[in-house]
Formats: sequence, structure tokens, C-alpha cells
Amino acid sequence: MTQLPTQTNAKLGLVIDLDTCVGCHACVIACKGWNTETYGAPLSDQDPYGAEPSGTFLNRVHSFEITPETGAAQLVHFPKSCLHCEDAPCVTVCPTGASYKRVEDGIVLVNEADCIGCGLCAWACPYGAREMDAAAGVMKKCTLCIDRIYNENLPPEDREPACVRTCPAGARHFGDLADPDSEVSLLVAARGGVDLMPEQGTKPVNKYLPPRPKDRLEETDILAPFLEPVAETPQGFLGWLDRALDRL
Amino acid sequence: MHPAPSVIAFTTLSGLGFGLMVFLGLGEPAVTGWTAFWFFLISHALAVGGLLASTFHLGHPERALKAFSQWQTSWLSREAWAAVAALLTMGLYAAAAVFLGTRIAALGLIGAALSLATVFTTSMIYAQLKTVPRWNQVLTPLHFLTASLAGGALLAGQIMPAAVLLLLAGMVQLGHWRVGDARFSEAGHTLASATGLGQPGRVRAFEPPHTGPNYLLREMGFAVGRKHARKLRILAALFGYALPIALILAPGAGHLLGGLAVLSHLAGMLASRWLFFAEAEHVMGLYYGLRGQHP
Repeated sequence: MTQLPTQTNAKLGLVIDLDTCVGCHACVIACKGWNTETYGAPLSDQDPYGAEPSGTFLNRVHSFEITPETGAAQLVHFPKSCLHCEDAPCVTVCPTGASYKRVEDGIVLVNEADCIGCGLCAWACPYGAREMDAAAGVMKKCTLCIDRIYNENLPPEDREPACVRTCPAGARHFGDLADPDSEVSLLVAARGGVDLMPEQGTKPVNKYLPPRPKDRLEETDILAPFLEPVAETPQGFLGWLDRALDRL
Repeated sequence: MHPAPSVIAFTTLSGLGFGLMVFLGLGEPAVTGWTAFWFFLISHALAVGGLLASTFHLGHPERALKAFSQWQTSWLSREAWAAVAALLTMGLYAAAAVFLGTRIAALGLIGAALSLATVFTTSMIYAQLKTVPRWNQVLTPLHFLTASLAGGALLAGQIMPAAVLLLLAGMVQLGHWRVGDARFSEAGHTLASATGLGQPGRVRAFEPPHTGPNYLLREMGFAVGRKHARKLRILAALFGYALPIALILAPGAGHLLGGLAVLSHLAGMLASRWLFFAEAEHVMGLYYGLRGQHP
């Protein structure tokens, strides 16, 4: 049903630390790797080795540059995937009921057997989190690795989304954002986690931790006194050679 | 937004078809027999043809019946219901008029209302989207409704109503462009709000996630051809509204000028609908640094 639940028992989601992310795109690859071979239709590629490769991804890393009033510009790597919004506009626009938000954990999913591939949900999402698979003709989106997080066949440490499990910088955190005492909620409170495009009124579950202010090193150069400038005019033999060649 | 030919054809043709049905349902003209047959053939062909065109952009057209299930929340589902109800009601009304030679006035009124409701549901699919500020305005449904009624009056051969409705639809069209141009900035969407990175300084998109294009950019990052937007607006206003008014009001205008007026209106509406999509910017484009490419 495309009616949103009035309340969900949990709000499972991601907290992404923009201060820590190094922009390695490992989460993108881990996501594509896991999700292309498990839940639903594979994430296809078109013309993968040709001139114009293109493919379906559930997670993409943008890079933004912040230029402060004074000081050096700062590069921020910005992974973006479905934010599993509380007021998910992608769900209510779906004509078939293929898109739904789970009551038990708040995860937004697509039932691919019901999806007609009209693409309206992708239009309704402000974040560009849904992508139509060109080969399967159905809408693909982040499932929060629903086939990992509850999977008892996996060792406990692997029961988290593939992107979180693989992140070498520890920039991605997974947990229940409805529980104020969960690690992710404490992290959001401590670091001032923000919503993306709050003016859209989607109430995203995923939070982003803004980059911390950069340290400023004082301008000191301890080697400077030892580095006398090199003599501009050559002396001795080289000096003679220089003058002789000038005269030629 | 990507101006998909199937969706442009659908909204334009079915708008015209349902517009004609409104007038046929109201009994303007009150036709029966063979005349009625041709009128209803045109209206149903346009409406059904448009609906069929719209299924071409589906990934799985064979599952289209499932789209009737979510009418409680989805405007697309409501459109499916309204379209089928309008087509069936007007089909019955048409059968009575053509084969029995009687107009069942009450059925016609219901059919006219359902036809108008169908156009409204179509417009709401676009108007509901907060993610496309240009569409997310009151004038979007008004534009669809007035354009459909004007085209319908033109096809129904109702000279004075057509002239008045074309004038009204033209004014709504101009208003939709004018209001639409400012909608994105008014809604307050910026790269800073999209990323939450506005605090330390000015944000700029530095690198996209991939070197190649993707579904999001193809579908929602359309920017090609906007440089001709101004010229196309003039052509749309001229051919869609001004010229048809002049043609049908010309002294002694007969079927020939009337036909030309219809063709001119159709050409203008296709240009207008192309612009409706091509000029619409999706807020998702902010992440790709697309905002601001619009002239």
C-alpha cells in the first residue's frame, strides 16, 4: 500500500560523516556488488566497456567544494543514497502499490513484481535516490541491505549494510534513529547532524554530520634560515663560460 | 525534465480528446447519427491514442492494470480511474446518440464532468511534485484545464466559446510561464540546503559521482535546447492561441479556416508541452551543479 504508516516501530537509517569520508567510492562498489546479486533485479550496466558507459547505482559519491570567506577552500566528499524519509513522497505517488514503507523498521522498498516502471517515484524524490534499471525496466533503490541486516546466515559483524561494512574510514554508521540512546542518535546529537533539503518536508531518517572546521597551521618555515638564495650570477669557470657564450 | 515524446503526445492529444468530450457531453453541438459518429470517433481516438502513447514510456506496460489499485494516494492511479470512467460513460452516451439517435442529457453531463476530471488528474500528477518547483503551482491544473477546454471548443466548432477559452487559456499559459520562472528560487532550494554544507562558505559542485551520464541526468537533468526557449514560447503563444482566434473569427470562416485553426492550435500546444518538460528543473539537479544553466 502506498499510504504511509502513521508511525514506524523503528527508524533504521544511516549516519554519514562528511568530516571523515575520504571519497574512495568503496561504498559505491560494495553496494553495487552486494545488490546486483541478491535482492531483486541485478543492477545492470549499459555499454560498460564502450565509449559511454552507464549503469544503475543505489549509492553515488558527489564531491563539493566549500569556499569560506577567508582561508583555503575545502573539498567535501558526499555519499548519497535513499534517506528512507518518514514522509516519503516517492511512496504516495506510486500508482501500483509497488513502493511501500515498512511499519516494522521504516525501510522504504520497491516490490519489483508490481512495479510498472512509470518512473514517477524517481520524479517525486528530491534526492535522486531512485534509479530505473534500463535492463529490467523496474525502479531500483537502496534497501538498507535488508537481506544482510536480518540475515542469520551471516556472522553478526556482517549484519549491517554493505556500504557501512566496507567503509575503510568509518564514515558510515547504521542504526535505529528512533531510539534516542542508540549510537547513531548519540552521534547525530553530538555532531549536529543535519537533514538534506529540509524545506521539501520529507523528514529524512538518514542524517549527515557536517565537516568540522579545519585546523589552521601558523605560517612557520623552520628551514628558511638555512636556505640562502642561490647566487644569480655564476662565478669562476661557469662565469667565464657564461660571459664567453654571451659574446658569441 | 526529459521531454519524452510519448508523454508530450499523451498530454496534448488526450487533453484535446477529453476537451472535445466535454462539449459533446454538454450537447454543444447536439449531434446524433453519422455526424455524432465522426465527432465521437475523433474524441475517443485522441483520448485513447494519448493514453496508449503514455504506456510506451512504461518499463512494464503489461502490468498497467495494477495502476488502478492506489487511487487513495496516487494521482496517476486516480487518472487511470477517471480516464476509464470518462471513456466508458461517453462511450455509452455516444452509442445512444449514434445508433438510437437520442441524446441522454444526464449521461452526457456526467461524461463531461468525468472528462474534465481526467484532465485535472493528469495535471495533478505534475502539480503535486514539490521536486519540480515550476510545476508545483496552482496555474498548472488551470493551464491543463483551460488548454483542454479551448482545444475541445475548437474541435467542437463552437466559435465564440472557443475564442473566449483560447484567450483565457493563452493568458493562463503566459501566467504559468511567468510564475514558473520564479518558482525555483522562491521555493528556496539551493546547493547549500541540498547538502547542508552552507555554513562554512559558498558551496560548488566540484565532481560528479561518475564521469558518464546516468538515469537521473537523462531523466531529470535535461538541459539541451533551452537556449531556444524564448523563441519557442513566442511560437507556442502565436500558433497555440493567437492565430486560432484570428482564424475562427475571420469573416466568413468555414471548415477550411477552422481546420487550419485546429492544426495551428495543435502545433502550438506541442511546442508548449515540450517547453513544459524541457524548462522544468528538478531539485535533484542541484547535486550535479545544474541549477543556473537556465537562461
